[in-house]
Amino acid sequence: MLDRLRGGDESAFVELVERYHSPMVRLARTFVPSEAVAEEVTQEAWLGVLNGIGRFEGRSSLKTWIFRILVNRARTRGVRESRTVPFSSLEREGDEGRPSVDPGRFQDEGLWAAPPRAWEDQPEERLLSAETRAVIREAIDALPASQRRVIDLRDVEGLSAEEVVELLDLTQVNQRVLLHRARSKVRQALEDYLGGTS
Amino acid sequence: MILTRPPLKCRELVEIVTDYLEGDLSRRDRRRFERHIAGCEGCTSYVEQMRLTKRLLGRIPEDSIPAEAREALLDAFRDWRSETG
Repeated sequence: MLDRLRGGDESAFVELVERYHSPMVRLARTFVPSEAVAEEVTQEAWLGVLNGIGRFEGRSSLKTWIFRILVNRARTRGVRESRTVPFSSLEREGDEGRPSVDPGRFQDEGLWAAPPRAWEDQPEERLLSAETRAVIREAIDALPASQRRVIDLRDVEGLSAEEVVELLDLTQVNQRVLLHRARSKVRQALEDYLGGTS
Repeated sequence: MILTRPPLKCRELVEIVTDYLEGDLSRRDRRRFERHIAGCEGCTSYVEQMRLTKRLLGRIPEDSIPAEAREALLDAFRDWRSETG
């Protein structure tokens, strides 16, 4: 892929753009205030990719290298766009310390009062239906930006924990905490949709 | 004197399930976790649900790139190629 791209092979570039443009826009959107700006930043990042491809040394995967360029641009742009709003307030999750599961579902001693039901009886077609995917997408979109970023890169895009830590300048613990909060909420949304407690 | 830790409660387990799935629990905590789910149907279901959530997240298809953006990028690519070519 790298050689084809450097050699000016248009179909190689098209392949990359088809594969990564949409996830890049989504990632950019977690740093900037609008869809239009996210699209703009992503286009800029692609130019950065083309101009930097000659210097790419392959120390990371091409994918993480591309995402790295995107994150750098989106972050810079996000700071610029939010001069009137302190950056830290944008990055606040607002749900620190909140339990992963509604406390009302446990008895006083901490055991389940309303335990979750197994999803094994759910037919695969239902789990993979467009409707279920829409539920998941909606749950992701409702997450705070910092959680959305991590769950998207880890679980949707399939990056490793190490790659995400590096890409987003997080500590390992922080990465895991954000992933945990995000997954817990997506699970809850799925449970609400697929049919609740036993 | 080493005190054995009390058994894990369901309310605690749901807070460390990601640490478990990520393989980040110490051996001791991992055993404590597994001891709990071995005897708890609710938590077994919960862990399975978290696993399935992760799996389904990996199955969301990407949106395709808007035609307009695609054209703009192709133009940029052709410019880049003629400059570096």
